[in-house]
Amino acid sequence: MQAQLPFYPDQASNFAPSVDSLMTFLILVSVGFSVLITAAIVIFFFKFHRKSKNEIGVPMHGDLRLETTWIVIPALLALAMFSWGAVVYVDYRHAPQDTLDIYVIGKQWMWKIQQPNGRREINELHVPTGRNIKLVLASEDVIHDFFVPAFRVKMDVVPGHYNTMWFRPTKPGRYHFFCSQYCGTNHAVMGGWVTVMDPSDYAAWLSGSTGEDVNPVVAGEKLFVEKACATCHLGNGTGRAPSLNGVYDGTVRLADGSTVTADDAYIRESILNPPAKIVAGYQPLMPAFQGQLTEEQILSLTAYIKSLQSQPVPATGAGVSTPGKK
Amino acid sequence: MSTTPQASLSHQLPEEHYLNSTYGIRSWLLTTDHKRIGLLYLASVTFFFFVGGIFATLIRIHLLTPEGYLVTPETYNKLFTMHGVAMIFFFLIPSIPAVLGNFLIPLMIGAKDVAFPKLNLLSWYVYITGGCFVLYSFATGGLDTGWTFYTPLSSVYSNSAVTPAVIGIFINGFSSILTGMNFVVTIHTMRAPGMTWFRLPLFVWAHYATSIIFILGTPVIAITLLLAGLERMFHLGFFNPALGGDPILFQHLFWFYSHPAVYIMILPAMGVVSEIIPTFARKPIFGYSFIAASSIAIAVIGFFVWAHHMFLTGESTYAALAFSLLSYLVAIPSAVKVFNWTSTLYKGSISYDTPMLYALGFIGLFLIGGLTGLFLACLGLDIHIHDTYFVVAHFHYIMVGGAVMGYVGGLHFWWPKITGKLYPEFLARIAAVVLFVGFNLTFFPQFLLGYLGMPRRYHNYPPEFQVLNVMSTAGASILALGYLLPMLYLTWSMRYGKVAGPNPWPATGLEWRTASPPPTENFDVTPVVDWEPYDYENRPDLGLATRNPRSLAPAHGDD
Repeated sequence: MQAQLPFYPDQASNFAPSVDSLMTFLILVSVGFSVLITAAIVIFFFKFHRKSKNEIGVPMHGDLRLETTWIVIPALLALAMFSWGAVVYVDYRHAPQDTLDIYVIGKQWMWKIQQPNGRREINELHVPTGRNIKLVLASEDVIHDFFVPAFRVKMDVVPGHYNTMWFRPTKPGRYHFFCSQYCGTNHAVMGGWVTVMDPSDYAAWLSGSTGEDVNPVVAGEKLFVEKACATCHLGNGTGRAPSLNGVYDGTVRLADGSTVTADDAYIRESILNPPAKIVAGYQPLMPAFQGQLTEEQILSLTAYIKSLQSQPVPATGAGVSTPGKK
Repeated sequence: MSTTPQASLSHQLPEEHYLNSTYGIRSWLLTTDHKRIGLLYLASVTFFFFVGGIFATLIRIHLLTPEGYLVTPETYNKLFTMHGVAMIFFFLIPSIPAVLGNFLIPLMIGAKDVAFPKLNLLSWYVYITGGCFVLYSFATGGLDTGWTFYTPLSSVYSNSAVTPAVIGIFINGFSSILTGMNFVVTIHTMRAPGMTWFRLPLFVWAHYATSIIFILGTPVIAITLLLAGLERMFHLGFFNPALGGDPILFQHLFWFYSHPAVYIMILPAMGVVSEIIPTFARKPIFGYSFIAASSIAIAVIGFFVWAHHMFLTGESTYAALAFSLLSYLVAIPSAVKVFNWTSTLYKGSISYDTPMLYALGFIGLFLIGGLTGLFLACLGLDIHIHDTYFVVAHFHYIMVGGAVMGYVGGLHFWWPKITGKLYPEFLARIAAVVLFVGFNLTFFPQFLLGYLGMPRRYHNYPPEFQVLNVMSTAGASILALGYLLPMLYLTWSMRYGKVAGPNPWPATGLEWRTASPPPTENFDVTPVVDWEPYDYENRPDLGLATRNPRSLAPAHGDD
């Protein structure tokens, strides 16, 4: 565990100690180099100060051994920095399987957050300690960035893309989160607070949901009918479009023979721009919903499709060629 | 006033030189003399430095309090955007190459002018035209996209005058391309007899490397900003996802130029430092070929690191790994330079003259700037410090601590050559120290702010960040004094300074073998070079001792 230095912010996630240790390592190497060079300059500056007006220096043109030394040693240290940094980053970019998924939508200049049970928050995020939390990030307009200094994590929120970030909160408390990608006029006030709670407190908080909150699965199911998705995507596989039962996280075979994993990004693309990836055996009949759905509606539809994971996959007319992992 | 040996001798200005050979505004606006064009650039980049400096001053005053009372959020966003655009595109990029490079490269290689004198003048007009568009944007609504112009904010959502600004930067790009092309051709074809590649001053090597970036990189930024402008004007979907575009594509294109652009700023400053250090240590530079090669290595590898600005955009993990590794690779040639400069001081005959103070200050600040670059290239750390004040501090250490210190140091070093006059040495040393102290006080606290989590481009901030922000603003006021002093005494010295003579330091380069100020055609007779660079032992014409007493003892590291 990293000792808390005065200029380190709170350490409240699994990543905080590892990022701080990395920081300490880089500071030590940098201070070492700076002291070495600065001391050499200061000593030479005074020791070899010009003694008489027309004195010249002792010519020295170079030394291959020295050049090799100061190429190899910094290169090895740089490699160490790279490798250690890569280990932390790869861990950060690959969320574990058992995550609690929370949807985060950024728009100029607020954050709309939805808990798995549908409870909504604005500029507030409640999370339990000890659980792996995955945030699924979407933007309604420009690029934003979700940044929690106490967790040492951030990720850009890019329109047209889904990005995800994960962390495991370790210390109850209230911590700032910021938008850290410049997004226009009120960029600086587009932030809020993360509340880290004990799991029991979190469960109690979650159940204290107000009546206005709609479970995203329910909202998604309603949209699925309203937008006439249900007329073609029949669950039993007899419709003009593939059944979506079990499709989430499964492998889908496409018309061009390739396969794709039906993750959030694939589902999003297939709603907004269906001809991009046509499922094998089907015609490109579906209209594009680009510009007709909000990011929230897309997330609701995705949540609904995700809820169909456990539904029986029909023998024919299935969208999925290999059922999902979960 | 000056402690340099030859200043005590009384020198006369040459009767005719490039400044007085012709008179009148036309003789300046239609000049094809590289030295006069250098001075045209000097005046123009100083103007933009002032403009950018005023914006910076307002930013720092605004950030004195967490709530930020001075200006509205819209205005604040415009201030930091216009500060960045003015400083980067219209001051830093042209500063050393277009002012000192233009003035010195023909003199240093023993040529009468650059290869294409008329194109050289054209490049200045192109720069001024681009500058006018950008000033028009500043004056009519301002610009609030950030100097990075990230889409779709710039191409769709911003309500500010984006279009004239991107047109201005597009136009200005051609000025860089023309200058780069001119330098490459000049260095290849116009070297004086005996001026072989490995006798070239390292300043010229640095500019050769910079010119490569000018030529290869600038077209990319030009077309990128043009595409953003077209998307804004005609709703063509290049970057806006609502029109089928990809906002991340913009960032790839933007940084493909804008990362190498950092090397456009720093390489010429490294070239300046490589001239100053041997001159004021009076000995050949240590590891000449390593310093020369490292400039080229930086220019080449610098093209393969751009996506390290994008580790958190959702780019693939493999891309991030590759770009992180390549970014560490580009640090090695920079480190090589620092070690060689430091070694050059060993057993030198070191003076405390102002250019030397700037050069040593450069090493210190560049060291911090470069080392903190390793922090940002470190994938695991970038997750936390990306887009915070840590980044702001880092690139100011490189661009201001590095490039501007190099530029101001270079101006002092060659001022006697440019004007024929010496500046007041004592005042200049004080200004150098003031600049160094003010700079560190301004920007060091920002590293701490960044690690504590303060994001950049914030017009207000949580109260716990106030102390460090106040320190930074206090430092900025000292820094401002450090810039005003040289502007005042350098201007003063043009009229009242002591006459410098052809080679006041004395230095070994060809530019010091002609009068100060030089004649219009640079040299009365084409010089022939028969000495190695920075050689003090075999140069009786410099009027110095030809041997250091220490030379009698076997010197370690001497080959």
